[in-house]
Amino acid sequence: MSFPAAASQLPVVFEDVQVRAGAVVILDRISLRITAGPPTVLIGPNGSGKSTVLRTAMGLVSPSRGHIRWVGAGATDAIRRALVFQRPVMLRRSTAGNLHFALATAGIRRQHRRSRAIELLRLVGLEAVADRPARRLSGGEQQRLALARALARDPEVLFLDEPTASLDPEGTKAIEEIVRALALRGIKIIMATHDLSEARRLAGEIVLLHRGLVVEMGRADTFFAGPSTPDARRFLAGDLLV
Amino acid sequence: MSDSYLALHLLLTGDPVLWDIVRLSILVSLSATLLALLFGLPLGALIALSRFPAREPVIIVLNALMGLPPVVVGLCVYLALSRSGPLGSWGLLFTPPAMVIAQTVLVTPIIAALTRQTIEDLWTEYREEFAAMSVGVCRRVVALIWDARFSLVTAMLAGFGRAAAEVGAIIIVGGNIQGFTRTMTTSIALETSKGNLPLAMGLGLVLVSIVVLINAFAWGMRRAGERFAG
Repeated sequence: MSFPAAASQLPVVFEDVQVRAGAVVILDRISLRITAGPPTVLIGPNGSGKSTVLRTAMGLVSPSRGHIRWVGAGATDAIRRALVFQRPVMLRRSTAGNLHFALATAGIRRQHRRSRAIELLRLVGLEAVADRPARRLSGGEQQRLALARALARDPEVLFLDEPTASLDPEGTKAIEEIVRALALRGIKIIMATHDLSEARRLAGEIVLLHRGLVVEMGRADTFFAGPSTPDARRFLAGDLLV
Repeated sequence: MSDSYLALHLLLTGDPVLWDIVRLSILVSLSATLLALLFGLPLGALIALSRFPAREPVIIVLNALMGLPPVVVGLCVYLALSRSGPLGSWGLLFTPPAMVIAQTVLVTPIIAALTRQTIEDLWTEYREEFAAMSVGVCRRVVALIWDARFSLVTAMLAGFGRAAAEVGAIIIVGGNIQGFTRTMTTSIALETSKGNLPLAMGLGLVLVSIVVLINAFAWGMRRAGERFAG
């Protein structure tokens, strides 16, 4: 895959970030530099801190120590970052109603919302269920609607927290195709998954986390061809990291 | 003729005394419910969405006020509106507006408490998603009220039901004056004590019908909510 020019907000730099919840350390000594380009995929066992990295980068969680800096030219443009949760909450409205709300929140003028909503529904393949209550959609459809809602912000950086975790193969394929299309459009995808096959299919860059620490980070092809740390080798071999 | 037959006869022939009482009752309860909505909805939403030191005691008091004894409310409003009371100069005692005030005091906590619970539950669900979408405060409040609209209408109906069925407060502040402040509930109490059972039963039938209608409407709102909002 080839990718367009760098997103202007990037790179995002984690400088010795620690996140605590009371006495529990969720992330520790995280130092990362995520640049524009193909998707960066965070992998690791459950509880390794993948979701917290995304939430912290999005500004939903404050670091207990360290800093996160967006150092690109457009770094102040926080509206152009979006996050899709593992279990997105659907507003008690129709599919189109959810999108209209997201567009209004993103500051899109009323007269442009309808055409933009249709465009986004088409992109995620939900035109046929535009009038259906969003909470009645299937899991895969809800996840695609959440993606469309996130895209209402016209993001340069899109965080995806295990977007296919509870989906069947068909739903997973649909989401992955959208993710690839978005990456090709130049949107920087930063995604968490515990599915190694998915990481192989989508990642340009891999970050392996374990117990809140970065175990290994590098190009996806290099990582999968020969990880450099024992923990990464064990993880790829299917061993449990405890 | 039996009392039941006479009651039906009064209803079906459009007895003016009976229907005047019904009209006044609905007018007073509806006015009180609308006023309670005006105060209770923002109050409930405010408590649901704000955090302040005495929040939990405030919620406990608000929930407790849902069970306010009507006679106590009637007594307090009576004291406030009586000639020597702080609002005595308004001259409202033993008038329909006094009854509206008393019922508003009774219904406002019901609407505020149910609104608080509904909005807070929804906010718990939406909080993280709204944070990720950078939803501003005003848009947040409007969105929560809109998305909770079906539940809030049910809260309003619960308030109206309470107002329509109460007797203790309005009999104290209204005085049960024939043709002026006599409502269904106060009439039923009076006519029963006088032995005029047909009128009491006729009014009772109307009152029960209203309660059934309210519940049917609340049920319909819940179904509509499921159908249109999921």
